[in-house]
Amino acid sequence: MLLRIWAVIQKEFIQTFRDRRTLAIQLAMPMIQLFLFGYAISMSVDHIPTAVADQSLDAASHGYVNAMVASGYFDVVMYVASHHDVLDAIDKGRVQAGIVIPPGFDALVERGDAQALLLVNGEDLFTSQSAYNAATSVAKAHAISILMEKATCAPLAAASQSTLPLDARIRILYNPNQDDLWFIIPGMLAMLLQVQSITLTAAAVVREREVGTIEQLLVTPIRPAELMLGKVTPNILISIINLLTILGLGVYWFNVPFQGDFWLFLWLAFMYVFSGLGLGLLISTVSQNQRQALQLIGMFTIVGVVLGGFIFPRYAMPPLIRIAGNLFPLTYFIPISRGIITKGVGIESLWEQVAALFTYIIVIMFFASRAFKQGLD
Amino acid sequence: MTERIVICTQELVKQFNTRGGTVAAVDGIDLQVRRGETFGLIGPDGAGKTTATRVILGLLRRTDGRSSILGHDSMDDTYAIRACVGYVAQQFALPGDMTVMENIRFFANVHRVGRKERRQRIPKLLEFAGLDGFTSRPARLLSGGMKKKLALACSLVHQPQVVMLDEPTLGVDPVSRREFWNLLGILRAERELTIFVCTPYMDEAERCNRVGLMYRGKLIAHGTPAEVKGLVPGRLIEFTPSDFDRAMALVTGLEGVLEVQTYGLMLHVFVDETATRQQEIQCALSAQGITCKGMGEIEPGMEEAFIGLVRRARDSQ
Repeated sequence: MLLRIWAVIQKEFIQTFRDRRTLAIQLAMPMIQLFLFGYAISMSVDHIPTAVADQSLDAASHGYVNAMVASGYFDVVMYVASHHDVLDAIDKGRVQAGIVIPPGFDALVERGDAQALLLVNGEDLFTSQSAYNAATSVAKAHAISILMEKATCAPLAAASQSTLPLDARIRILYNPNQDDLWFIIPGMLAMLLQVQSITLTAAAVVREREVGTIEQLLVTPIRPAELMLGKVTPNILISIINLLTILGLGVYWFNVPFQGDFWLFLWLAFMYVFSGLGLGLLISTVSQNQRQALQLIGMFTIVGVVLGGFIFPRYAMPPLIRIAGNLFPLTYFIPISRGIITKGVGIESLWEQVAALFTYIIVIMFFASRAFKQGLD
Repeated sequence: MTERIVICTQELVKQFNTRGGTVAAVDGIDLQVRRGETFGLIGPDGAGKTTATRVILGLLRRTDGRSSILGHDSMDDTYAIRACVGYVAQQFALPGDMTVMENIRFFANVHRVGRKERRQRIPKLLEFAGLDGFTSRPARLLSGGMKKKLALACSLVHQPQVVMLDEPTLGVDPVSRREFWNLLGILRAERELTIFVCTPYMDEAERCNRVGLMYRGKLIAHGTPAEVKGLVPGRLIEFTPSDFDRAMALVTGLEGVLEVQTYGLMLHVFVDETATRQQEIQCALSAQGITCKGMGEIEPGMEEAFIGLVRRARDSQ
């Protein structure tokens, strides 16, 4: 049995290395994706192009606009006359946000009744959220600084207001600077490993059937399980290499700290690869050609990324959708990946996800080996 | 007696489910192939030859009946069958990106041929197949004939007792075809290998010890080539008429004419008796102003027998 598996492994390696271009793509793709994601994806958006309609043009309004610009979130690209012009600029896509300051802002600030209007383009979720959060905090900080100024000018008058109405202290755990990459890279590892392991396996098996070589393999004494194991071995190796390159780049290039136990992570990632291999085999048994397989994989990837918690938190999903998310191995591995890399926790805090992942692997391998037919019909 | 039967099928049926219902690609065939003989399963395209071969090998589930090779049931003992049978698929089904040597080594390895035997056998097989000069060439770059020879060599590396070849000379030029059949002849003579071959070519059928004629999933005739030819009643007259279409219509209606086949510009006419019918045909044709050249009796070949038998089967269905 081992000899036959070894024969298949040798054959797969010969074929893998003969197709240099595909191999290069398989090895380079995750790196390219990591760089694109690392530099392009930014969950918090800054330098939002902004229009300003300052209708009072006094010291207070200047101070406010300057505070907005100084935050780094807003870049004033045009000054317009009215509320209407701001809307027009947003409509035409020239700016993403607009600040409208009513006439007599100075006096309003004195009275403590000042209101500036911030208009944000809601088309882009991340922009509008960033703009909203930034504007809120800038306004609060600005208000506090005005209050402090007042207090120093007229200590008696301000005495009654010496305590601020709100004093929230927020401590963000694990990712104190809210660095996007700390959030993205553990999830991306999970996603890329899943995509690669599914695709490589499904493609390898379906191609064999498409070009007809499966017929000649089936008349040899190779058992289906042996063929399966032999075929997935090079894919496991490629997936592990990719895992290490992504992790290495993440840690040494993007400076994402690796808090937890590296060997625990590697071992769990290795197991996780098997879930993708099982899924790939399952997909290969229901697809007649590579096109069908790729369609299925594409769907699986996109839905998995959305439901698996890569970008959108799973606790916010409706129960039925959350259950559907359990179909994807990504769902189990993302908490493991984030737990070990970002939080630095050990298996004692992750055993639920680990148990779920292992159950998933066993179930998927069972179905895959059942479905992996030894005949041609 | 049963000792000598290598491949055996009884009432073998294979149905495929299609949108229009079930289609029986193999519809109850009884075959017996004896040890050491070359058996040809012949028939037109779509007769069910490939399906029958695949079911016997255990590559497809049979719907009904029985089939076995060397006493191993096709469905229950597939791995026993794989250990003692070599198979060459109809399409070239070896990994094309692997070289000749890598291919043959792979098949030796999966059959667990020991290192020592491998070292002896592989060079011999490559030399036998005339591939010893091409060991490092990727299989997909071989010519059609060489691909078939490589597939044959790979199917022999574990020294099977039976080889099953599905249209092994499809898309191969006549010279290579002849070479390929010479190889099969050597194998039969030197190793007493039992050879089962599917082919639509009649000249190849003539090279078999026994043939089975398959048509629409049924075995409509079997026996030695001579026996099969003898199944077609009557004698055969050949001639070249000056007006082909009219001559054919005229001859078909004549008394004592059993069957008319076309053969290029010639007509092949089966008659119940040669001497008188030949004269009658000649008279009838010349009465219509049609002259004929080269009229005479010939031995019916496999091709005439094949067409005759298929026609009869079609008419009776």
